[in-house]
Amino acid sequence: MAERIIKSFKVLIGVEVHVQLATASKMFTSAANGATNFGAAPNTLVDPVILGLPGVLPVMNKKAVEWSMKVGLAMGCKINRHTKWDRKSYYYPDLPKNYQISQYDLPLCGEGTFIVPLPDGSTKSVRIRRAHLEEDAGKLLHEAPGGFTIDHSIVDLNRAGTPLLEIVTEPDLSSGEEVAAYGQELQRLVQHLGVSEGQMQMGHMRFEPNINVHITDGDGKVIKTAITEIKNLNSFEALRKASDYEIQRQMQQWIETGSLGKKSTYGWDSSREVTFHQRDKEEANDYRYFPDPDLPVVEVSDAWLAEIKASIGELPAARLKRYCEVCGLSAVDAAIIADDRATADFYDAIIAAGADAKRACNLLLSHGKRLANERGVSMGKLPITPVRFAEVAKLIDASKLAASAAGAVFDKLLEGDAPAEQVAGSLGLIQSSDTGAIDAAIDALIAQNPKSLQDYRAGKQAAFGSLMGMVMKSAKGLNPKLVQERMKAKLG
Amino acid sequence: MLAFDTVVAARDAIRAKKVSAVELARQSLDRIAKVDPKVRAFNSVYPEVALQMAREVDEGKRSGPLAGVPIALKDNLCTTFGTTTCSSRMLANFHAPYTATIVQKLEAAGAVFVGKTNLDEFAMGSSTENSATHTTRNPWDMERVPGGSSGGSAAALAAGMCCASVGSDTGGSIRQPAALCGVAGLKPTYGRVSRYGLVAFASSLDQIGPFTWNMADMATMMEVISGHDRRDATSVNEPVPQYSTEVGKPLAGLRIGIAKEFQLAAGIDSAVSKAVSEAIDVYRKLGASVVDVSLPHTDYGIAAYYVIAPCEASSNLARYDGVHFGHRTSEKVSDIVELFSRSRAEGFGDEVKRRIMIGTYALSSGYYDAYYVRALKVRTLIKRDFDQAFEKCDVIACPTSPTPAFKVGEKSGDPLSMYLCDVFTVTCNIAGIAGLSIPCGFAGVTKPLPIGLQLLGPAFSETRLLQVAGMYQRATDWHQRRPNVA
Repeated sequence: MAERIIKSFKVLIGVEVHVQLATASKMFTSAANGATNFGAAPNTLVDPVILGLPGVLPVMNKKAVEWSMKVGLAMGCKINRHTKWDRKSYYYPDLPKNYQISQYDLPLCGEGTFIVPLPDGSTKSVRIRRAHLEEDAGKLLHEAPGGFTIDHSIVDLNRAGTPLLEIVTEPDLSSGEEVAAYGQELQRLVQHLGVSEGQMQMGHMRFEPNINVHITDGDGKVIKTAITEIKNLNSFEALRKASDYEIQRQMQQWIETGSLGKKSTYGWDSSREVTFHQRDKEEANDYRYFPDPDLPVVEVSDAWLAEIKASIGELPAARLKRYCEVCGLSAVDAAIIADDRATADFYDAIIAAGADAKRACNLLLSHGKRLANERGVSMGKLPITPVRFAEVAKLIDASKLAASAAGAVFDKLLEGDAPAEQVAGSLGLIQSSDTGAIDAAIDALIAQNPKSLQDYRAGKQAAFGSLMGMVMKSAKGLNPKLVQERMKAKLG
Repeated sequence: MLAFDTVVAARDAIRAKKVSAVELARQSLDRIAKVDPKVRAFNSVYPEVALQMAREVDEGKRSGPLAGVPIALKDNLCTTFGTTTCSSRMLANFHAPYTATIVQKLEAAGAVFVGKTNLDEFAMGSSTENSATHTTRNPWDMERVPGGSSGGSAAALAAGMCCASVGSDTGGSIRQPAALCGVAGLKPTYGRVSRYGLVAFASSLDQIGPFTWNMADMATMMEVISGHDRRDATSVNEPVPQYSTEVGKPLAGLRIGIAKEFQLAAGIDSAVSKAVSEAIDVYRKLGASVVDVSLPHTDYGIAAYYVIAPCEASSNLARYDGVHFGHRTSEKVSDIVELFSRSRAEGFGDEVKRRIMIGTYALSSGYYDAYYVRALKVRTLIKRDFDQAFEKCDVIACPTSPTPAFKVGEKSGDPLSMYLCDVFTVTCNIAGIAGLSIPCGFAGVTKPLPIGLQLLGPAFSETRLLQVAGMYQRATDWHQRRPNVA
């Protein structure tokens, strides 16, 4: 039997992502949203609509539609101006109505293109097939809370009805790294837009890569492995590792057995770091989609679309570019600040309050970061206002405060808000630029230490340093730059 | 007997202190105790609820246009008191934890609820014979059906057990029993009355409406129950006219449309044809002109209806699976699928199962375009038919039902003949327009059976329908006839 040889191969990965939107209420009723109340006691985020009781009716959450339009627009998608809701029927105990309200043939967002930055500095253009809005299902639990064994399953409907935006890409990704980069860029986007908390471990973003490989064998013939879908990935690391593992597994399987596999679903075992077969997807499910008669069609008017477009503002990629090109930050610093929206907004507010862009960056990345880490919050959530950061920046630039003394001022500001100059003053850190006082201090010192003066004049440069140190010590809060200037002038 | 058996009379008598709300509630409950063992209009009667509500009216705690008026509710409207069974084994013990919008509105207007009335299971049927518990009898002839699905509500009013009642109409379920029981029944325009809390049969067709004796009562009821509801996205944000002040005004230059397709429909009883043409003569005498109109797609109405309604029903009724609520099998099951199927097999009756199967089939991949999509196309054509017809006339007049009340058991073995009872009523739901049935005569002499005249009007033409029917009722006395229920 001829040996199976892979001459070359091409990996095709498309990704389906379910993003839970962080609206106050659920998709079709006023019950509180599961996405923003993670960990609530089971079955407390419910009402008659969520329970699917006889006689209840869904009412569309307009905010969820608007937020989905924002995501679509930011991903370059065409917004369908006429869209509707469809019922997707299947029986499952976590779905009280036994149908899910979704969008079948007229998704809110159509085709688009999303630019994903890769770790090597290049970018990848990913085509978006569609993005549609639907309601999340509840959760089936097979053990009681606390881990007790039970002989039946129980249902928690807190998650049921949470607005869920499903984004589907074309198979444009070709490695675990690219899949993870796509995921991270999407997370950055939804967090930037403020439409989702985007926490994978809380299920806010659920990624399902669909993977197959086009193999060119020894004879130059192209053969395709069956597409598998990986579920239950709850971190970007898992997303990357599982995708890479699955690519290898499919090729290995072909080399070893000649099998291309079956269209199927795989899970990810994060402890053993392997994918495992869950079920075959041979038979197509018949979901009996039809338009939900309880919900009117959604017409997106020009005015509405324009309003949503205007509300998006600057996107993360544009912001990053501005930080490098306009603010003059290094690529590394710009990326750190632009990484999450709260920090970037905080930074922009410091600049808006009049601080120099680079000085603001230095303060934020040194002190802001330290203080945030110490308190375990994000930089944007520090109790020090951007205005105070700007005040500190301006004090340093005006030589009223030593850059090295900024930390002490911020520490004090954490204890209570007050103008930065007042705080620095109370700490005795404001540097005097009164030349009369500086001259007097120098004169007094020279009078007391004629030896040092002689040494300096004899050409012993080290004596300048020790004289300077003595002047600085003799009176607190002198501007060291000015002291140096005046000394040079006096000593000639 | 009720000392005052219409809405306005009862309300005004209570206001004038000729009778107390509690006395009237007692009369209603006494009447139920006396005649309902024969008529069997009610699934459940709530004396304590009724007397408490009546006391609140007498104590001035509740007031409004329906203050103290005894009203019966179809048992598919959710109430926090008692059960909401839909006359189904599936919901035999269902206690709704919330109140339907219409029930809230009636309550806020001062109504006194005496009980909940029988229906064909999940409102699927035209005789109440599909009720899981019992068949309601026609108060004019106990051997006959009251019509359906709101047969209990129609019979409760006809037998004098309340002053008004409420039903739901998906393909004729208010108008047909109104006709068969000799009372008036209105199916409002789709979206006029909130459906929130009405257990859904076919969401795009269902609409709640009142049963009353006369048009002043109908106007009063409509004024209370109409209006936009933020909990029903299909309810329309259209101002509610002051029906009760408009209803007495006659329409000058009224044009009554006669559709030839309705006249040519097969199986119309001769007594029905005669009564309806005499009713049209009454309008002629009142100065109305009679014009011929055409509704060319009428023939496809029943077919389209029996695709659209079961499709929606198959989805709406999917939730009854024995997991979250409703009947659950007591048999030992091996897995969740068996729990679903056994619970549903035991909980639903034959007609409901038949429609779920038809709907599931029609929505299945490969059949969807041939059935559902085609039915929606017919729907568009039927709407257009009405739009064009209403350019020529103000209302269309026709029989409500092709026959008077039929005998219990006469059609229950033949679903198709039962479906044909809806021939004049379904297109109104398909087009989403308004339809009203009023009594216009009787068939037979020894045991006279009521005949209904149906008046159809464009969307949101309720005021016009009430006025047109009011003209007729001022000129005739059919609406004052009462059956002799001893």
